[in-house]
Amino acid sequence: MPASLFLEQTLNGLQFGLMLFLLAAGLTLVFGIMDMINLAHGSLYMIGAYFMASFAQMTGSFWGGMALALVATAIVGALLEMSLLRRLYGRDHLTQVLATFAIILIANEVVRIVWGSQPMLLNTPADLAGPVTLPGGMQYASYRLAIIAVGAVVALLLYLLVAKTRVGMLVRAGASNREMAIAMGVNIRRLFTAVFALGAALCALAGAMLGPILAVQVGMGETILILAFVVIVIGGIGSIRGAFVGSLLVGIVDTGGRAFLPLFFGVFLPPQFASAAGPAVASVLIYLLMAVVLYFRPQGLFPARG
Amino acid sequence: MIRAIVVFVLLAIFPLVMQAMDNLFYVSFASRVLIYAIAATSLNLALGYGGMVSFGHAAFFGGGAFVVGILALEGVRSAWIAWPVAIAVAALAACIIGALSLRTRGVYFIMITLAFAQMIYYIFVSLKTYGGDDGLQLPGRSTVGFGTLGNDIVWYYVVLAILALVLYAVHRLVHSRFGRVIDAIRENEARAEAIGFPVYRYKLLCFVIAGAAGGLAGALIANQSSYVSPSLLHWIQSGTLMIMVIVGGVGTLWGGVIGAAVLLGLEHLIADYRIAWLAKLAPNYQDHAGLAVGIVLLTIVMLAPEGIAGLFARPKEK
Repeated sequence: MPASLFLEQTLNGLQFGLMLFLLAAGLTLVFGIMDMINLAHGSLYMIGAYFMASFAQMTGSFWGGMALALVATAIVGALLEMSLLRRLYGRDHLTQVLATFAIILIANEVVRIVWGSQPMLLNTPADLAGPVTLPGGMQYASYRLAIIAVGAVVALLLYLLVAKTRVGMLVRAGASNREMAIAMGVNIRRLFTAVFALGAALCALAGAMLGPILAVQVGMGETILILAFVVIVIGGIGSIRGAFVGSLLVGIVDTGGRAFLPLFFGVFLPPQFASAAGPAVASVLIYLLMAVVLYFRPQGLFPARG
Repeated sequence: MIRAIVVFVLLAIFPLVMQAMDNLFYVSFASRVLIYAIAATSLNLALGYGGMVSFGHAAFFGGGAFVVGILALEGVRSAWIAWPVAIAVAALAACIIGALSLRTRGVYFIMITLAFAQMIYYIFVSLKTYGGDDGLQLPGRSTVGFGTLGNDIVWYYVVLAILALVLYAVHRLVHSRFGRVIDAIRENEARAEAIGFPVYRYKLLCFVIAGAAGGLAGALIANQSSYVSPSLLHWIQSGTLMIMVIVGGVGTLWGGVIGAAVLLGLEHLIADYRIAWLAKLAPNYQDHAGLAVGIVLLTIVMLAPEGIAGLFARPKEK
């Protein structure tokens, strides 16, 4: 197998994994601190991508549009939390699933009403349109490299925020033992609105960065939402570190599986079987990964609660 | 009991009324609702009575549908063979998935059942021989050896009879010794374990029965429109069934039936009836049925936490 293909797929996997991390980070904190299943997290990703497409068109600038989209989505997230989700914290998981499923339906239709049913096009910024030559002579899309860079920087910032700041300390305290944190005088309500707004902004960042690669369309949130859930369950609910490891694992396993399994099956299966079995097993791979992880570590790789 | 008889008498004369009004479309629509009622009732057994929040019930529902579809394509069209095989395959799948998933609990159980269902979804989507993305078109409804299920009114009565059997079976099951143990496990698993009940085996059996009944519903839905879509296996389908149960009433006998009727009825009402004053305000409102469904669901969550069946229930008879 050529080394360049391997490198390319690893980079693709890294890129996908880092974007998944942006979603999973917010989801795992919401889940960990408030014990709340928020299916509507994917809707924020969709809304972020639509804001991005609109603002980029309006301002004529990719990065300017992105800044506006992040702020707008964070505001939407905070409003959603204050108006609806806040009322669901004390309720059981089933109720949360029902309510946030309803929010998905509403969000999809609102997006359809505002932006129409046609997918929106989002162009890569002009200065990142071409390929770059990596050391070793391999060509790779510079925009994808930019995604990796942005994802890595945000992951680092998030780590510093959670591990080294006072706010981060409160978040960790909330995730590991909510009642104790409240008893110690942490204003969980305000903290949580802030966490939710941050999570929404991260969703928007992922939606905006992936917009030029994937289509910006209604329903884009549901597909990635399930992957984000797989990630946080593998990583351990409430753990940022777990979300990070889980994201990279899922990103690389999924991308690698799609690229290499058909080749792998081709070695010992006739071509028509290999081309059918490859993608099938590749799609199943991450769920298999999750099932295996849960079977051996029912609390995920990095349990947040001691 | 009297309530159940009244409901079934009304359901039994429904097609006659519709035939008199020359409106057979509603008979076909009603059989779809009844099939979803069976599916939701089967999920309610695991979710409501067993306390196992399975987010992967589509695996059994869609799986049963695909078993019937694949058998039909291979030339086995007899309902007497295809339907029991669908039930058996769904039960086997539930046994394997349940045995592995029941080692986890809470949110992890929700997610691992989802993961298994998604695996099955992707496997069927990639089976190009059996339709893949496009789904399976069947040559027609299953055969029974006498008469035909092709007639929509006959079909409606077959589905209605099966729903009645399923509801009766669930009723008997819940009030049997087995049902009491399941009750105890849901209320306090540690205590049930301490008394000496093999908790894991009881839960697994409950999960398998629910899966088998889900497979039966799947066999019926494959026959409903002689078409099996992979979307029957998708997680949105699991979510929809779950919502039917929650809307109707978790852990109530009629919860699944009410939920299926309300959800499908609502979707249909919005899509097919034009409300004049609403159309004046928003001419395209019918294209956005999801919006209204979403708003109604949210309202139910906020105002009727016990589901619709909970609104009519007598004070808890515990």
